[in-house]
Amino acid sequence: MTSVEPAIAAGAAPLPTLSLTDVACRRGQRLLFKGLNLELRPRQAIWLRGRNGRGKTSLLRLAAGLAVPEAGYVAWGGTPVRRAEGYLQRLVYIGHTNALKDDLTVTEALQFLARLHGRPDDAATLRAALERLGMGSRRDAFVRTLSQGQRRRASMARLALEQQASLWILDEPYDALDVDGVRVVNELLHAHLARGGSVLLTSHQHPGAQAPAVAEFDLDPYG
Amino acid sequence: MTSVFSAVYTRDLRLALRRRVEALIPVVFFLVAVSLFPLGVGPEPQTLRQIAAGVVWVSALLASMLSVTSVYTGDHADGSLEQMLLSGHPGYLIAAAKAAAHWTITGAPLVLAAPLIGLLLGMSAPALATLMASLLLGTPILSLLGGLGAALTLGLRSAGVLLILLILPLAIPALIFGAGAVSAVDAGQSTSGHFSLLGALLIVTALTAPLATSFALHIALE
Repeated sequence: MTSVEPAIAAGAAPLPTLSLTDVACRRGQRLLFKGLNLELRPRQAIWLRGRNGRGKTSLLRLAAGLAVPEAGYVAWGGTPVRRAEGYLQRLVYIGHTNALKDDLTVTEALQFLARLHGRPDDAATLRAALERLGMGSRRDAFVRTLSQGQRRRASMARLALEQQASLWILDEPYDALDVDGVRVVNELLHAHLARGGSVLLTSHQHPGAQAPAVAEFDLDPYG
Repeated sequence: MTSVFSAVYTRDLRLALRRRVEALIPVVFFLVAVSLFPLGVGPEPQTLRQIAAGVVWVSALLASMLSVTSVYTGDHADGSLEQMLLSGHPGYLIAAAKAAAHWTITGAPLVLAAPLIGLLLGMSAPALATLMASLLLGTPILSLLGGLGAALTLGLRSAGVLLILLILPLAIPALIFGAGAVSAVDAGQSTSGHFSLLGALLIVTALTAPLATSFALHIALE
């Protein structure tokens, strides 16, 4: 991890706080939740839990700025996320879909995402990231030939490309991963929090003993 | 700025190369549709020559519409579209790159296939050149409008039909001036008016459609 030290030393400005204030979310006719307040500070990890259909994914989409809340506001450093300067540059959003194209190779698919988000996309970096996730030997395979767990690993390789403090919004990051995959993701989370990043994630199960300390946030009371 | 355009553009071309058969369907449709006309209308060279420009243009329009429905559906389904809109780059750049890729994959082959089809219908050499030029200016308009239609109908159940109903009326001016240019050549008139109007249409569409597409995509993802 010594290679990331200079990036921290050069240092982007510390990560602003993400805050959801009195937020309500509607999906069709149904009000999923209302009066929700949540604050995510640097070096903090929040584990969002709640029953199926409670609106965990909807909340993540609100936080990412993909959707607008029915009431209340979602702000980053005091500015609404949709207008906050540099918000998207410092955001890594990985939804339940992996955003990998079936007809690309794993490396090509990851390279496209890296390029899109302005992350390093040279062959060596991509290779190192895929190796970190145990996908080194499959890096030239087509995405359509991968198993669910391997696809998840490939999409999580984006996290291994991160070098600066950023905000991660992860929808079921451990989904379909085996024990080893969960361990690697947890290591990445540790490194991420150590350099001043923050994480908002959902998961069916508790992230586990190896996971960094997470603050639980239960959606059920807001229904 | 330009890197995101080229990233999306090259990715779409690469995907099309990996699915060659699918990418060829619009051109094949174009060739088949045009070659049906001599069978239906009759083989009189005079009649065919008269309707040739219109037939080629209408078939090109339909071939473009046929292929444009799927421009955003795949990216929407696998989450790529979300990632593109979360990239922090302006949405119109992404929409423009998608339209440019669509034109390269379907529009350009139509332009190249047009002379072949024109010969089949007995068009004269100057008319063929005008036809190609008018398609060169006109097919990008169809790709840009088609992208807008695809974004507006993204996620709807009968998206294909709705898209055609939405976009065909908007594409009528391109059709009129494109086919009109060829008729003008045949009648010995100047084509500069038709080409000026086609060029103006292309500029207006290129400036407005990507922006409107970007808005439509943001709405579709909410």
